Amino acid sequence: MTQYIVRRILVAIPTLMLISMIIFAVLALAPGDPLSQFALNPAIPMETRQRIRESFGLDKPWYIRYVKWISSMTQGDWGFSFSTKSPVIDIVFQRVPQTLQVVGIAYLIAVIIAIPIGIISAVKQYSFFDQLATLLAFVGGSLPSFFTGLSFMLIFAINLQWFPLVFSSTIELNSAASLWQMIKQMIMPISVLVVQQTASLTRFMRSSMLDNLPLDYVRTARAKGLKDNTVIIRHVVINSVIPVITLIALGIPGIFAGAIITENLFRVNGLGQLLVTSIQNSDTPVVMALAFIFSILVVIFNLIADILYGILDPRVKYS
Amino acid sequence: MQIASSWKRSAALLAAALLLPLLVACGGAAPAAEPTAAAEPTAAAAEPTAAPAEPTAVPEATAEPVAEKDSTLNILYWQAPTILNPHLSSGTKDFDAAGVILEPLARYNEKDELVPYLAEEIPTLANGGVAADSMSVTWKLKKGVKWSDGSDFTADDVIFTWQYASNEKTPATTASNFTGIANIEAVDANTVKITWKAANPDPYVAFVSYSGQVIQKKQFEKCVGEVSMTDAACQAANLAPIGTNAYMLKEFKPGDVVVYVKNPAYRDAANTYFDTVEIKGGGDAASAARAVCETGEVDYSWNLQVPKAALEPILAAGKCEAVAGGSFGVERIVVNFANPDSALGAKRSEPSEPHPFLTDLKVRQAINKAIDRKAIAEQLYGPTGVANCNILVVPTAVDSPNTTCERDVEGAKKLLDEAGWKDEGGARTKDGKAMTLYFQTSINTLRQGEQAIIKANLAEVGIAVNLKAVDAGVFFSGDPGNDDTLNKMFVDIQMYTNGPSGLDSQPYLEGWTCDKMNQAEGSWNQGNDARYCNKDYDALFADYAKEIDPAKRTEMAIALNDFLINDVAVIPLINRRTPNAKIIGLNGPTHNTFDSGLWNIHAWTK
Repeated sequence: MTQYIVRRILVAIPTLMLISMIIFAVLALAPGDPLSQFALNPAIPMETRQRIRESFGLDKPWYIRYVKWISSMTQGDWGFSFSTKSPVIDIVFQRVPQTLQVVGIAYLIAVIIAIPIGIISAVKQYSFFDQLATLLAFVGGSLPSFFTGLSFMLIFAINLQWFPLVFSSTIELNSAASLWQMIKQMIMPISVLVVQQTASLTRFMRSSMLDNLPLDYVRTARAKGLKDNTVIIRHVVINSVIPVITLIALGIPGIFAGAIITENLFRVNGLGQLLVTSIQNSDTPVVMALAFIFSILVVIFNLIADILYGILDPRVKYS
Repeated sequence: MQIASSWKRSAALLAAALLLPLLVACGGAAPAAEPTAAAEPTAAAAEPTAAPAEPTAVPEATAEPVAEKDSTLNILYWQAPTILNPHLSSGTKDFDAAGVILEPLARYNEKDELVPYLAEEIPTLANGGVAADSMSVTWKLKKGVKWSDGSDFTADDVIFTWQYASNEKTPATTASNFTGIANIEAVDANTVKITWKAANPDPYVAFVSYSGQVIQKKQFEKCVGEVSMTDAACQAANLAPIGTNAYMLKEFKPGDVVVYVKNPAYRDAANTYFDTVEIKGGGDAASAARAVCETGEVDYSWNLQVPKAALEPILAAGKCEAVAGGSFGVERIVVNFANPDSALGAKRSEPSEPHPFLTDLKVRQAINKAIDRKAIAEQLYGPTGVANCNILVVPTAVDSPNTTCERDVEGAKKLLDEAGWKDEGGARTKDGKAMTLYFQTSINTLRQGEQAIIKANLAEVGIAVNLKAVDAGVFFSGDPGNDDTLNKMFVDIQMYTNGPSGLDSQPYLEGWTCDKMNQAEGSWNQGNDARYCNKDYDALFADYAKEIDPAKRTEMAIALNDFLINDVAVIPLINRRTPNAKIIGLNGPTHNTFDSGLWNIHAWTK
């Protein structure tokens, strides 16, 4: 097992190098300028913009910049952001809590809701409940978050005025009132994300259950005279949940990528919003760091998913 | 077997990871929601209304810590501030957010007049502040001004700000405002004399408005040059400058929110109204408008670039007032005087290749007459713009009264007939060639609406138009390696917004002189994208550049505007008045053309 993990990590290093190089090259080739906002301002002439580009090192070819970037990155220096002129890593860490709060909680809720719905849908296949769950899953899965997000804002924030339109990141949690304020502002973004994530997880759980239900061991269990509930929970669910758990593990890096559209829509200052604004401002060091951190997380969670699989499913042995 | 499957998964994940940069790149091509914002030269977006000069005017209001238990001013920008050192700013948002803490020597008010801030008075020829030979200007500074850390503000801080921003190695956005300065000497602790490298008709180019904010020498002393970005202490200072204005920083989350509190050391601290000011950033302009006008969550919202159809109902909700006026820039059609034909290869759009028919005045006049500015203003802009015939509209004194631009379809047709373009149904032809224009602008709902109207207008007189819309990040990038920039203008006509950046119109009007024609030699960045070149205009401009007398300069600026309009060197469409919104009951915000909308935030009350 240890040997397997070491081998996987060793393979991951060149993979990550390759990924970082490709991201860097693509970013370098993409058009854009960190000062394009000032494109026509005669008070900020081209010479000024050019000088600033040089001080950012943007006048050098991308491969030289890449070598510089990777060498300082391996020493723990992620560079500084063009728009804040402060270390990238500080900015990224500043955003993690909000993303974990909103996207992380949404993911957790989605998992908690999706698994029981998937189980019931499968056990009572073609029942009214199943039909309804299937319908909602398809609706939820196919509605883009900018649509649900905007609809929620229109209905709940503007018409009903139940929740605030603007997400505040300066609430100090020191009283019940501020906690309630915090919860209130998180309800809309979290609901948008839950709708989407629940939809797909439900489908996976349902189909995994359906795969297991007709198998021989289930019939054997029933033949032994076990109660229906015991058969489902002790046998079928345990077996069906294995692939779903892998799927959930693989989805965790997605939490750190933030929810780009949802965060932007609700002004949640998370990692997704940071990524979008950095892309808009051609703030390449930040985009690079986020993309690379995301790649590392994807690699790590793939490994974790594989290991989990080995632990949960005794048939799987890594050597 | 399991190993094989894990390999498969690794491959899949590699593929996924490879897709990521592509997504990122595509995103990169799709930047800001509002290209227009990008186009705005005049950083001044916002506008407060009240009485600027006199913070004193609101005295008793301030005596009232009583009524408001904890009064907070909530401001919403759809672009979030990322740095509070204005000299390293990367957008209007940063200048505005810095201006709550820092002050220049003087700021513009809503009437485009200068109001002293750190200065005691505005230097003029009359009071002897401005030298008669235009070689220097002497500013008297307010006495007894303190930084929020309690230390004294002195002439040294002003001198230091110049040294900081004009240093070659400091990546200062504001550099060009300071590079004309040969020297600044402290005549005494409260007087500075700025000497220019050459006679300067615009004494207010430095230390005025959003670009002239003075930073503290003590705080930034060790941050001149490259270290301004790389040194940890300087990085921290950039995010938390010490200032002289009514508010000081409490908390800053770059790219998200800035929180300010009262500055107890402010010279008029007793009259500072709000305990807390918060500028939240992010989201989109439409929901920012809703947050003021419909939910009332925020008190003031910046730069509502929203098409009329969406904006009007929001404004009508009744909780807010639009704060609009001045000019956000003139939306114009630029006519290419060079030939953008791709068959020319490397000579494409070079000034040496005249345009086959746009060089004909009658054709340009016909295009000008055919366009329905009123329809554009009324159907698309509503409260955010008015039809306009001048290319120079601010300051109001230089807005020419001599021009008209009524729509005249028959007149346009007649002009085209006279120019020899035969109307045989469809596009007019001359010498076997059809008149077809390629028309580009940035991607933006509003602009695509304008393109559609103009295309229909021109079709009516027999000119075929092919539309093209370029991503704003590319269109405005000035990237010499990209063929879709407005600078290269590889099309016949293009549309964007621009305007002068200060009271002095000279740098703006220079953009139509022969010297400034965009061409490959010079990376297409000289500024005259139309490649308009007229000896008479150049002569007129040369006289203007030499003139020092303000009244005569105004007259001559009008004459230059009229020259361009009569020669149809450019086709102005709309004077944009992109509004800010304030909640009813908030006093203070005014519109502002040349300065930040938060220019007088020290005097805002609620």
